[in-house]
This record gives sequence, C-alpha cells and structure tokens, in this order.
Amino acid sequence: MPEQISFPILTAIVFLPIIGALLVTLLSDRRPEWVKLCAILFSVGTGALSLWVLASFKSSNADFQFVSQHDWIKAWGISWHLGVDGISLFLVVLTGVLFPLVILGIDPHHDQKRYFAWLLLLEAGVMGSFLSLDLVLFFLFFEIVLVPMYFLIGGWGYDNRVYAATKFFLFTMFGSAFMLVGIVATAALARHDVGYLTFDLVTLAEHASFATNTGRWLFFSFAIAFAVKVPLFPFHTWLPDAHTQAPTGGSVILAGVMLKLGTYGFLRFGLYLFPEAAVWARPLFLTLATIGIVYGAIAATMQTDLKRLVAYSSVAHLGFIVLGIFAMTSQAITGSVAQMINHGVSTGALFLLVGMIYERRHTREISQLRGIQKVAPIFAAAFTVVMLSSIGVPGLNGFVGEFLVLIGSFQTARWWTIIATTGVILAALYLLWAYQRVFHGEPDEENSTFAELKLREGMVLMVFIGIIGFTGLYPKPMLERIEPSVDKLIEHVVSHSDFMPPAEIMPPEEIMPPEEMMPPEEMELEK
Amino acid sequence: MNALFAENLVGPSISWMGISPLLVLLGGVCVLLLLGSIAPRWPKGSYCLFTVVVSLATAVAAMLQWHDVTKNGPKMLIADAVALDHFALLATIAIAISIALVSLITDDYLRREDYDGPEVYALYLTAAIGGVVMASSNDLIVLFLGLETLSLSLYLLAASHRKRAESQEAGLKYFVLGGFSSAFFLYGIALTYGSTGSTNLSKIASALSGDSPFSQIDAMLLVGIGLMLVGLAFKVSAVPFHVWTPDVYEGAPSPVTAFMASAGKIASFAALLRVLVVAFPTRIDDWRPAIWVLAVLTLLAGSILAVVQTNVKRMLAFSSISHAGFLLVGVEAAGHVGDKDALAAVLTYLLLYAVLVIGSFAVVTVVAGKGDSHTTLDDFRGLGKRRPAMALALTVFLLAQAGMPATSGFIAKFGVIKAAAEVQSYSIAIIAMLAAVIAAFLYLRIMVSVWLADSTDDTKLAVPTGAGIAITLAAVFTIVVGVYPGWLLDATRMVSNLATIAVQAVDPATQTPAG
Repeated sequence: MPEQISFPILTAIVFLPIIGALLVTLLSDRRPEWVKLCAILFSVGTGALSLWVLASFKSSNADFQFVSQHDWIKAWGISWHLGVDGISLFLVVLTGVLFPLVILGIDPHHDQKRYFAWLLLLEAGVMGSFLSLDLVLFFLFFEIVLVPMYFLIGGWGYDNRVYAATKFFLFTMFGSAFMLVGIVATAALARHDVGYLTFDLVTLAEHASFATNTGRWLFFSFAIAFAVKVPLFPFHTWLPDAHTQAPTGGSVILAGVMLKLGTYGFLRFGLYLFPEAAVWARPLFLTLATIGIVYGAIAATMQTDLKRLVAYSSVAHLGFIVLGIFAMTSQAITGSVAQMINHGVSTGALFLLVGMIYERRHTREISQLRGIQKVAPIFAAAFTVVMLSSIGVPGLNGFVGEFLVLIGSFQTARWWTIIATTGVILAALYLLWAYQRVFHGEPDEENSTFAELKLREGMVLMVFIGIIGFTGLYPKPMLERIEPSVDKLIEHVVSHSDFMPPAEIMPPEEIMPPEEMMPPEEMELEK
Repeated sequence: MNALFAENLVGPSISWMGISPLLVLLGGVCVLLLLGSIAPRWPKGSYCLFTVVVSLATAVAAMLQWHDVTKNGPKMLIADAVALDHFALLATIAIAISIALVSLITDDYLRREDYDGPEVYALYLTAAIGGVVMASSNDLIVLFLGLETLSLSLYLLAASHRKRAESQEAGLKYFVLGGFSSAFFLYGIALTYGSTGSTNLSKIASALSGDSPFSQIDAMLLVGIGLMLVGLAFKVSAVPFHVWTPDVYEGAPSPVTAFMASAGKIASFAALLRVLVVAFPTRIDDWRPAIWVLAVLTLLAGSILAVVQTNVKRMLAFSSISHAGFLLVGVEAAGHVGDKDALAAVLTYLLLYAVLVIGSFAVVTVVAGKGDSHTTLDDFRGLGKRRPAMALALTVFLLAQAGMPATSGFIAKFGVIKAAAEVQSYSIAIIAMLAAVIAAFLYLRIMVSVWLADSTDDTKLAVPTGAGIAITLAAVFTIVVGVYPGWLLDATRMVSNLATIAVQAVDPATQTPAG
C-alpha cells in the first residue's frame, strides 16, 4: 500500500507555482519590485517543499512515496495520481532549486510580469510531469510545458527567436501526437487484463500484458515523443536553435530540466510499461545514443557560437544518459539518473555563464571573445570549474554519473560503450579549445571592458559550484536514494522480459564477460 | 361525401411536450418577425436580448425533456418521424448555446454596420429550427426539410450584409453550391426509398437486415447512400466538397460565420450520424471506408491549406475544415461493430468546438472594425498590447483548438481519439493527431502576430459589451471544462442510446436501446 500522508505535499508542489503565476499576473505592472518579490516567494516556497520531500524521503524504500491519488475524470479512468521515488526525487529537487536561482539571478529585459508568470507556469508543468503516475496526467503536463517555453523563447529571446520557438513547439508536439494515441491505445487494450478502463501507470504496468508486437508498437509511440524531447539523434535538430535563441533563463531551464523529461519518460514509461519491447529495442537506442554522443561532440567542436556549442554538448551528454538507460544494469541506470541531475547543474551553470558573457559583450561569437581571463579572473575561475564538471573530471559531479554509466554499460553493451568513451575525450576537446580561445591570450580593446563577476551573479553561481563540488566528492547520499528504485525497475524489466542483467561486478580479480544472456546459474539479481 | 373527408383524414398524434424546444424556437421567430415589423424599432440591444432569452428557453425546454428521456427512455414522436433521445437533445442544447453566444456578438455588429433589425436574429432562430429538426429526424424527408430550412436561412444570413460585395458573393456561392448538394441529397433519398421501400430511418434499417428482399438490391442502395453522403459531406465541409467553405466563411459577416461554423456543423454532423448509424448499421462495411477516406482528406487538406493563408477568417475556415476531419474520425469509429463511445465523443466535440469557434470569431469581429474588413494577419499585430485580456482569451481559444491539455479542446480531441482507439482505428487516429500538429502551426502564426509583433495601428480598440460577455463566457467555459470535464462527460455518456424501433435482427451492428 502506498503510504498516504496527511498533507498533500506533492499536490502543493505542483499548485504553488500556478497560484504564484496567477498572482503575478494580477499584480500591477507599475510595481516591478512586488512582482519580482512574489515570483521569488513562490518559487522559493516550491523549492523549500521539494527540499522537505528530499529530507523526508526514506532512502531504503523503493516504492512511490508521498502518494496522492484522487479520481479526476472518473468516466475515463483518469486520476490525479502523484508520487515520487528514487528516480524522480532528485529531478524534483533539481527543478525546485533551479527555478528560484533563475528567477533570482536573471532579470528579463522587458515585460517582467509576464516573464515570471510564464516561468512559474513552466515550473508547475515540469514538476507535474516528474510527479505524475497517471498516463493522461503526465501527458497533460508534458504538453502544457510547451506553451510557456514557446512564449519565453518567442517573447524574450534573440534574433531568430520566433523561428526557434515555433520549431521547438511543433517538433515536440509532433512527438507527443504519437504518444497520445499510444496512451489511449494502451489503456484500451489493457482493459481486458485490468477489467476496467484506467490510465493509472502502476495498475497498467503491474497487471496489463500486451502481445509482443502490440507492446512494441505502443513502446515506439511513447518512444518517439521522448526521443524528440531528449533529444535523441536524429530528432535533435530543434535543440540548437531553441537553446541559442532562448533567453538565458529559458536556456538554463531548458537544458537543466526540460530535456530530462525525455530521459525520465524513457525510464518511467518506456521501461516500466513495456519492458519486453524496451529490451527488444535496446540495440536501436544504444546505437542512436552513441551516435548522438559522437555527433554532438563533433558538431560542438565546429561551432563558432559559444551558446550553440553548449547546446550541442547537451546532445552529447544526453546521449550518455540514454546509453545508460538502455544498458539496463543497476550501475548504468543509477549513473544515468545521477547524470541527469549533474548535467542539469553543470550545463545550467554553463548557460548562465554564457548569458553573462552576452550581457557584457553583446556577442556569443567565439572569434570576437579573447583574453577574458586577464580581465575577469574570478569569472574565468567559475567558468573553469563548471567546464571541468561538464568534461567529467574526477572530483566534480560530472565524473560520477559518466563513470557509473560507462562501467554499467560496459557489461551489457560493450562496443557501444567503447565508442561512447571517446565522447569523453571529445568533450574535453571542444570545451577546452573553446575556453582557450575565449579566455586565454591577450584581451583586445572590446574585451578589456569585460566586467568582473557581480555579487548577485556570484552568489547564484556559488550554489551551482557548491552542488558541483559536493556531489563530485560525496555522491553517496544521492546514489543511495536513487539505487533502490532503479533496482526495483530492473527487477520489473527482468521479470517481464527475457533480459538478464549481468551479476554484480566482483572486486578486482573477476571481470564478468559482457554478454547479454548470462547462463542461468550465474544470474544473480540484486536485491 | 362528408363522411369520407371526416373519417379518412387521421393525422399522427403529436406529443407537444416532446417537440417543445422546436415550439419555443418557432414562437420566438414569430414574435420577433411579427412584432419586429409591426411595432416601432425596439430599444438598443433588445433584439439580441430577446434572442438570447429564446435560446436559453429552448435549452431549458430541452433539459426538461432530457430528464424525461432519462426516466422513460428514448422514444419516437409524430408517426416515428422524429426521435426524442439524448442525442437529439444534446444537439438541441448545443445549438441553443451557439445562438445565445452568437446573438451577443451580433448585437453590436449590426449597429456598427448599420443594419440593425430583427431579421438576422429571426434567421438565426429559423436556422436553429432547421438544425434541431435535422438532429432529431428519424425520416429522410423530415431530415431534408430540416436541411433546407437550415440551408436557406444560412444562405440569407451569409448575404445579409448588403453593403459588402463579399457578403453578396458568399451568399450566392453558398446558394448555388448548396442547391446542387441538396439536389444530390434528394436524389440519394429517392434511390434509398426505391431500394428499401421507406424513408423512415428505422424502417430502412429493418428492411436492410435479415432476409427481406431489399437486402439484395445493392447497386441502387449504394448509389443512394453515396449521394446522400455527398450532400451531407458538403454541409459538413468534408474534402473534396469543402470548396465553398473558405469563400463563404470569409465573405459572410463574422458573427454569421461563427454561427455557420458552430450550429451549422452541429446540425450537419448530427444528421450524418443519424442517417449512417440508424438507417445503415447493416451496411457499415460500405460506408465506413468512404468516411475513412473523407476523414483523411479533410484532415490533411484542412490543416495544410490553412497554414498558407493570410486572412484570419480564411485560416479559421480551413481550421474548421480540419476539425470536421477530426469529427469524421469519430464518425468512422461509429462504423465499427462494438463501438460505444463514438456518438458521445462526436457530440461532445461539436459542443466544445462550437464554443471555441464562436469565441475566436467574436475576437475577429471586434478586431475587424467597421466594414468587417480588417481581418488579415497584419491586423492582429500587437493585439497583446492593445487589448491584453482579449488577446489572452484568443490565445486560450487557439490553444484549445490545437488540443492543448487543460482546455476543453483537449477533452474533445481525447474523446474522439479514445473512441477510435477502442475500435482499433489506429491509423486514422495517428493521421488525425499529425493533422493537429500541422494545424498548430497555424494557430502559432496567429499568436506570433498577436503577442510577438508590434502593432501597426494603435487606435483604441473598442470591445462592445455583448462581445465581451460572449468572449469571457467562452474562455471561462473552455478552461473550466478542461480542468473539470467530469460533469459534461457523465451527462453526454447517455447519448449513444438512440431512439430506433427495436430491430429484431440478431445483427450485432445495430444500435438497439432497451426501449
């Protein structure tokens, strides 16, 4: 039985930003301080609630916690079902922490009120997506997220913003179109097994069984939506434009949190609902992920626009995450989830820093920037830390996730992993080269007026760097909360398909042969 | 001799309560026209108020009948020519709501364009009579009567703005093309009568089922069904019978376009469903593929052609065509054995869409200005700054038409997709969703113009009271239904129970109610 808690904290987490958005809209335009204060209060409130959830989360419990379940559209079997487990916990916390930082740290150039209103609505949508345990509810939040992001990019972005916003909206909606049909079909077909029409995720995953082909088609209908969101090669073409043209705050949220909707979707809906199909589709997704890693890295190297470079690096990093998901070992998936958080923090910080560069120099072209380290050493230092985290240097958070993913995937997806590892080297290549061109050397006339890091910017960055450092040195609290739920998911996949995970890695003497089908006597499921 | 006359003429028994919505509408028309022509000009806004009251009274009458049908089951009236069931009553209520909202918009429009008078409102009410008759007909001739009443009223309404050449052109085009399609429809009725021996929908169904000799006469029947489909497809704007829609929608006065897109569609789809589901349940394998093709063509052509338009009224016309395609997906789902949800899904979609389209055209009416001419995309530029509240309402309507969750449009689309998925019509469901994505681009273009472009005309945009009320009500309804659709869905669930004479066939395709 999922534990019922008296205060519906998850519902509050979803609704608080909505109330905040409404209040912000009703406030007058002539009092910008009030508007900003209201936005800060509500986002910090939501963040506090998410931290409270983190603190009260029982790490040994692999089930959904803080579950909130009510009938919503009874006629169709749709319920308001929210819950958090190890996989979604840190995503919720990441969202709760990132939004206040964005609101505090970045000021929009115009129309402050609407900007904050859209931002708060976006927060509600993202939170709802991570917490939903009902298929239609998830779809609702998944789609709703498009509207605020469209307006944020279109209203506050850079030169090509309308094109980028429209492309983003239509591309993502295209993927979701298939998912809607898939969702309805899943529930309709599961009616036999379950007995009644329901869209509840847990009920469907536990009780419904689909014929092999049906399951595969359904899996793909969901997978297309997530593949566009992640984005997985070749559905990634919306991302560089959207990221580059979005305002700084929009980019941080987009890269930090919204891309994770896709990878989270693969775990929560792809693997959980359709284990057999997910196992069958492994080679395809592993290949696409690996291509994404290498392609993203190569494309990033070739960019002349700093922001676009970071955008392509996101494609590469998310390739790692998808690789880990479809490798389907405990380490790999735990690493993926951890990497989702780490990427959110480090790439979010990167976009923040690039945004600061644009504010000062009004250009993102690498050729126009030079020698900034001489003029603004503290800024350069912050950039260095974040950059190293993105590369995956040990001691910082990026290493933890990447290493776990690579170790975990090597067991069940050896050759893909080998190719993916080159992506680590490529990441170092494009980031270090970009850093050298932008920060090293002698600053010319325009660059010598580069202002140093301001106090407010510094405070916001300190939070990012703090998380980067802490998670890099002491990832255990995070990992030990993620792992039980991941193990439960793998157990579910194994019991519903013919996938056999390799036995746990033995200490140094024994390295398990990286075959997918282990002989039965050596199969040892983790608890 | 006298005895001959007295005894042989026996009329059918008329259940006056059963047709009370029609009587209310008829009374409204009579009062409006009589008093309108005899009495001096009514005070400002009175015609509108009167029409709103009449339409609300119609809705109330329909709801009273709803309770009656829920208690006593559906039944047939007037020698089985008119059906009294939830399906007809929901259509009646939807049409009544449409008239109420459209009248609110028409009020200031007529004064602005200098042709205020009772005629337009009276025509709305007569069109509604035709629509209600179409939705509740159980006989092809009665259906045709309703169709013609609706159509003639709409022809006149489209041409009603005498000072605009586009309006005259629209009316004439509609009249000529509509005349053709009515002729096709009538010929279809004749052939159907010839092959089944009756024009009563239930009797046709029983004639076609079982071992009656009529079930063997294929060719004439199929041509008859085909011709009737052509006639009805014209009315619902299915591709390739949609050619009149963009021109007529663009040329007609904006409130009239709103009326055509809402009440006209409700009536036509209701009629289409009645004919196909009640009369030809044994022939689903014949008409379902035709509907499939119509749906796919309509979805794709409607959304793709919408994207390249520059006039907002034409854009909304093509978007209306793509919505018709979505509705046809629901009709196709009704053509599967074992379907239970399609009828409810289609009617719910019609009701929700009617509110959306009236809201959208209300905004268009306000922006169009005197002469109803400022309707290009450029005229909407910067609306977000000039009139933020109205721009927000327009955004809600457009997003709802795109199918965004938390709006009524999502509920509407979800219902139809669900109906299709439950009978495993997956391919058409996917095509429908893809068409929705293409159509979304259209709505985004309008929103870009409204919010993200600077206005070319900074004059103060006056929002008349009536239009303001209509827009607000529609927007609130859209959001409320998007978040709390339960009450509506529970109410519309009973719609599938149509009033047909219980057909003794063991044919599982027949929709037989318990009474």
